[in-house]
Amino acid sequence: MPLLEARSLTKSFPGVRALKGVSLTVERGEVLAVIGENGAGKSTLMKILAGVQTADSGEILLDGRPVALRSVHDALASGIALIHQELNLADNLDVAANIFLGREPRRFGLMDTARMQRETRQFLEAVGLDVKPDTLVSTLAIGQQQLVEIAKALSTRARVLIMDEPTSSLSAREADNLFKVIRDLRTRGVSIVYISHRLGEVKLLADRVTVLRDGENSGDLAREEISHAAMVKLMVGRDLSQFYPHAPHQAGEVALEVERLRTPAHPRHEVSFQIRAGEIVGLAGLVGAGRTEVLLSLFGVTPALGGTIRVSGREVSPASPQEAIEAGLALVPEDRKKQGVLLEMPVRENVSLASLRRDQQRGFLNHRREAELSTEMIGAMRIKTPTDRQVVQFLSGGNQQKVVLGKWLAIRPRVLFLDEPTRGIDVGAKQEIYKLMEELAGKGVAILFVSSEMEEILGMSDRVLVMHEGRLTGELQRSELSEEAVMHLATGVETSATA
Amino acid sequence: MKKLLGIFGLLLAVCLFAAWASESFRSGYNVENLIRRTALFGVIGIGVTFVIVTGGIDLSIGSVICLVGCGLPWLLTVQKWSLPAALLMVLVVSVGIGLMHGLLITKLRLQPFIVTLCGLMLYRGITRGFTGDQTVGFGDGYKGLRVLATGKISIPFVQGFEIPAPWVVLVIVGVLAAIFLNRTIYGRYLLALGRNEDAARYSGINTSGMIILAYVICSTLAGLGGVLFVLDVNSAQPVDFGNFYELYAIAAAVLGGCSLRGGEGSIVGVIIGTALILVLRNVVTLVTNHSNIEFAIIGTVILVGVIADELVKRYAVKRRAARALAEEADRQGGV
Repeated sequence: MPLLEARSLTKSFPGVRALKGVSLTVERGEVLAVIGENGAGKSTLMKILAGVQTADSGEILLDGRPVALRSVHDALASGIALIHQELNLADNLDVAANIFLGREPRRFGLMDTARMQRETRQFLEAVGLDVKPDTLVSTLAIGQQQLVEIAKALSTRARVLIMDEPTSSLSAREADNLFKVIRDLRTRGVSIVYISHRLGEVKLLADRVTVLRDGENSGDLAREEISHAAMVKLMVGRDLSQFYPHAPHQAGEVALEVERLRTPAHPRHEVSFQIRAGEIVGLAGLVGAGRTEVLLSLFGVTPALGGTIRVSGREVSPASPQEAIEAGLALVPEDRKKQGVLLEMPVRENVSLASLRRDQQRGFLNHRREAELSTEMIGAMRIKTPTDRQVVQFLSGGNQQKVVLGKWLAIRPRVLFLDEPTRGIDVGAKQEIYKLMEELAGKGVAILFVSSEMEEILGMSDRVLVMHEGRLTGELQRSELSEEAVMHLATGVETSATA
Repeated sequence: MKKLLGIFGLLLAVCLFAAWASESFRSGYNVENLIRRTALFGVIGIGVTFVIVTGGIDLSIGSVICLVGCGLPWLLTVQKWSLPAALLMVLVVSVGIGLMHGLLITKLRLQPFIVTLCGLMLYRGITRGFTGDQTVGFGDGYKGLRVLATGKISIPFVQGFEIPAPWVVLVIVGVLAAIFLNRTIYGRYLLALGRNEDAARYSGINTSGMIILAYVICSTLAGLGGVLFVLDVNSAQPVDFGNFYELYAIAAAVLGGCSLRGGEGSIVGVIIGTALILVLRNVVTLVTNHSNIEFAIIGTVILVGVIADELVKRYAVKRRAARALAEEADRQGGV
């Protein structure tokens, strides 16, 4: 008998049927991965299991007995805890206060701080977090805060732990530690429901995979069946043997030449490399290796401390994005919502934003040109939007990213930087972005992209530059590419041996 | 656009009610007076709109009005400066104040609230200092200059009503401001950075420069307002001249469709908002004979207006999201 079972759950929202009869079983002490594209119904399913929302029909059984999960409180009482993608900690309070928030043990009507600290210590030990219970949460790293969330869930005696994209903001090292904790919890009989976009992690961690598509079950994979290809096939419903549309490129003239670049983040290290027109170059490395910082310095957001930058042979030293754009550079930034799009503004005004200066008529807006441009980019980027007056926040993540790409394509850049271009967007949209990268390279744009997804680096790059702690540790041609080779350079194995 | 119609409808309703309830409201003298006051307050409201569009705030407007409004007659009558020199000085001071606010806010990353709150105290204090806290005025002089605020332009074939001169100033300032905000790339830059400063900067917009410009526009128009206000009343007392005027300006901007979160603003809206506030004041005085409750009435109207706006907005967002979802579902169903 499974620990937790959901049978034919349905759920509708105004205008959309999110779940059309989804079933799922969770065995004792297993890691079940639930995957699917955005909008497949993962979040809705998890919210129903955690009591955040209630299903329209269907039933949920715990230990074979039907249970009604009408609130988060009901779910917690049944031993089901959800850890949100965005952490829900009060960072002005200490660890113990967070773990017992709302359930503080009391003595004579006052908080029993001593008992809270004592019990907190046990839970922290269980998740392998070596901090004092009275440490302020704001002083902890994101990975540590996540462990506090898990400890908090354990303190409610959770038997099923639902984790929604738990590694989305963790460094590789923190993620590794999290995996260790998850495996440890599994051996102690806790079941984990693991939701992730990162198929590599799922492959590494899951005992079983349940795939959702369009609000329905699209298939289950047992441990030995789990492979990237099998998961993608179930997610998108077709075989994606050609997932990465990579074709070898005719590299042209040197478009970007960087010599001895020093960034404010790593002032003591110098970075030098070249990119040719029509080339797609991946910039790989662990989180914190300084890849984003290189892009930000090249693009003038945090101007370089030293070194020379040449665009098509002409020396430039961008002190602001404005100057970088004038030099022919463009950057699709890491945080789409904060740095990429103007969420509350229409597609048209987002697409034209970087071209207004070029298309101005003595300071005045050129409305006709603006309309033409947005129509052109919606076509070229295949942006799915009813009209170009649609406000960007109502588009999917993938379409928002295409709006950002369109904005940059409109200025006809020589060099395009992309920082984590497919973060948080679903598989279908990812492939669209890859195709667009290919098309741009075909038109002679030099592309440098940062990615933390190994498969993307391996699949899309003509050449890979690898960074480790602020330095370029190596360069790999397409023929030399392998996961091991990249990781070898990314972890700085060689240099630490010689240092 | 709907919001503008809503606030305009409200203004119309209040005017109709006032015209019905009070005979003195309908008099040509009262209407002229209302229009003149609307023009004066409208000028400073337009100024603060630029700052609010960037997501900032300017609390120093009333004190800038005090500084300029007392400074101009003081320079002319006490210091015996020539008129051009005094006007130039007043302009330089107004622009300089905005420049200083903008630099402190963009380069030192200080909060607009704090910077301009300090300005609020500083400029009034300075004014009370150099005037010795004494009333300053033009006396019987400068009649030609005062026409700018007190003059009237008669309309052919209409009797008993003339257009107050400040209205002409407001129309000129308003048209220029509306063109700047809606038709130039710089206006677009202001709206964009008000929505998301980072994204605007990453798109190659000189966000610091634009924010500084907004504060300069605001202080300069506050300075212009100060000149007009003092010309209107002929003399000014440093202790309370222009007191609370920033709050009228901000309230008018919010009523007229500005969001204090930034990125939204309408010049026509702020003028209608200004008119609404002044008509309300007028109505309270004329109809109830209790001018001491005017603040309570204005406060209530603004609060109700903002609540209604928020509710309408939430409803619209919900409907829009549902529609987007439905379209998405249609598309997926069709494939």
